Amino acid sequence: MKLLFIFISAAVVNNFVLSYFLGICPFLGVSRKLSSAIGMGCAVTFVMVLTSVTTWLLYHKLLLPFEMAYLQYVIFILVIASLVQMVEMFVKKTSPALYQALGIYLPLITTNCAILGLALFMVLKNYNFIQSIIFALGAGLGFTMALLIMAGIREDLDIADLPEALKGAGIALIIAGLLALSFMGFSGLLSI
Amino acid sequence: MDKNFFEFKKGFLQQNPVLVQLLGLCPALAVTTSAVNALTMGLAVIFVLLSSTFIVSVIKRLVPSQVRIAAFTVIIATFVTIADLFLKAWFPQISKSLGPYVPLIVVNCIILGRCEAFASKSSIFKTILDSFGMGMGFTFALLILGSFREILGSGTIFNIAVLPQSYQPMLIMILPAGAFLGLGMMVGFMNFFVNKKK
Repeated sequence: MKLLFIFISAAVVNNFVLSYFLGICPFLGVSRKLSSAIGMGCAVTFVMVLTSVTTWLLYHKLLLPFEMAYLQYVIFILVIASLVQMVEMFVKKTSPALYQALGIYLPLITTNCAILGLALFMVLKNYNFIQSIIFALGAGLGFTMALLIMAGIREDLDIADLPEALKGAGIALIIAGLLALSFMGFSGLLSI
Repeated sequence: MDKNFFEFKKGFLQQNPVLVQLLGLCPALAVTTSAVNALTMGLAVIFVLLSSTFIVSVIKRLVPSQVRIAAFTVIIATFVTIADLFLKAWFPQISKSLGPYVPLIVVNCIILGRCEAFASKSSIFKTILDSFGMGMGFTFALLILGSFREILGSGTIFNIAVLPQSYQPMLIMILPAGAFLGLGMMVGFMNFFVNKKK
C-alpha cells in the first residue's frame, strides 16, 4: 500500500515538473512535437530507474558506511554522467532501433535536473531500495505525462493568435501555470 | 574600459540568464516564494559561478578538451558542496526552506554554460566580470519574481507587511502555479520592452 502511495504521489500529486519544477528545460525545449515528447519521456524514465538503483546502492553501501556523505553531490553527478554515457553506448551496440528513437535525447539528460533531483529526494525522504525504484518509476511517468500534455497543447498553439511578446517561452510558462493549477486538484487524492 | 564594462552589464538585461536566455529556470521558479529565499539563492549562485568560472579560467590550458565537461562538473559540484555546507551551518532555517534546490545548482545550466562558453576561452579578468554580471542578472530576476510573488501571495516583502490588513492574500501566487504564471508574464514583458527598443 505504501508503495502505491509513493508511486501516485511521485506521478501526479508531487509531479516533478509541475510542482517541484525539475526538468523545466526539456519541458520547454522538447515539448513542441508529440513524437519527440514521447522519446524524451521514455529516455528520462529509463535513466531515472537506473539512477535510482545505482545511487541508492552507492549512497547506502559506500558513502554512509565510510562517512563520506558530504561527497554525495560530486559522486551523484559523476555517476549520472557516466551512466548516461554507458547507456548510450550500450543501446547503440545492442539495439539500433531503440538508439534511433532515444539517441538524440540521451546526452541531453545529463544536465536534466530531474535526474539529480530524483537522487537527492531519494536520500532526503529516506526511501528503501524497493521504494526508490517505485519512486523513480512514478516520477518518470509523471514527467512523461506532463511533457505529453504540454506537447499536445503546444501543437495546437502554433495556429493560435497570440500577442507577439508572449510567443514562445512566455505563453508556454503561462500554460504550465494553468496545468500546475489543474494538477493541484490531485492533492486531495492522498496525503503523506 | 567600455569593453570590460559591457562584459559586466550584458548579464542584466540584453542577455539576462533567466528572462532572455531562459537558463536556470528550475531554481528561479522553485525558490521565489519569498524575497529572502530568492536573495539567498541568488547569492549562492553568484558564489558558485564566480569561483568555478575562476578556476576553469585558470586551468583552461591544462584540461584536455575531451574531458572538459566532466572536469567542469566536478569543480562546480565541489563549490556547490561548500555553499550547501555553509548555508546548513550558518543559516539552517533558510537552508531548510531551500531544500534540495541548493544542491541542484550543480546542474544549473547557467554555470556550466558560462564555464563552457566564456571562462574556457577568456582571460581571468574578463571571466570574473562576466560571471559577476551574469550572477547579478540572475539574482536580479529572482529578486523581482520573489518580491512580486511575496507581495501578492502573503502581503509582505522580506517578511515586513507592506499591504494593509484588509488585503486578502492571493494564495495562488506562492503555490507552484503562481511561479509559472509570474515568470511567464515577466518573460512576456521583457520581450515586449526589448523588441520595442529595437
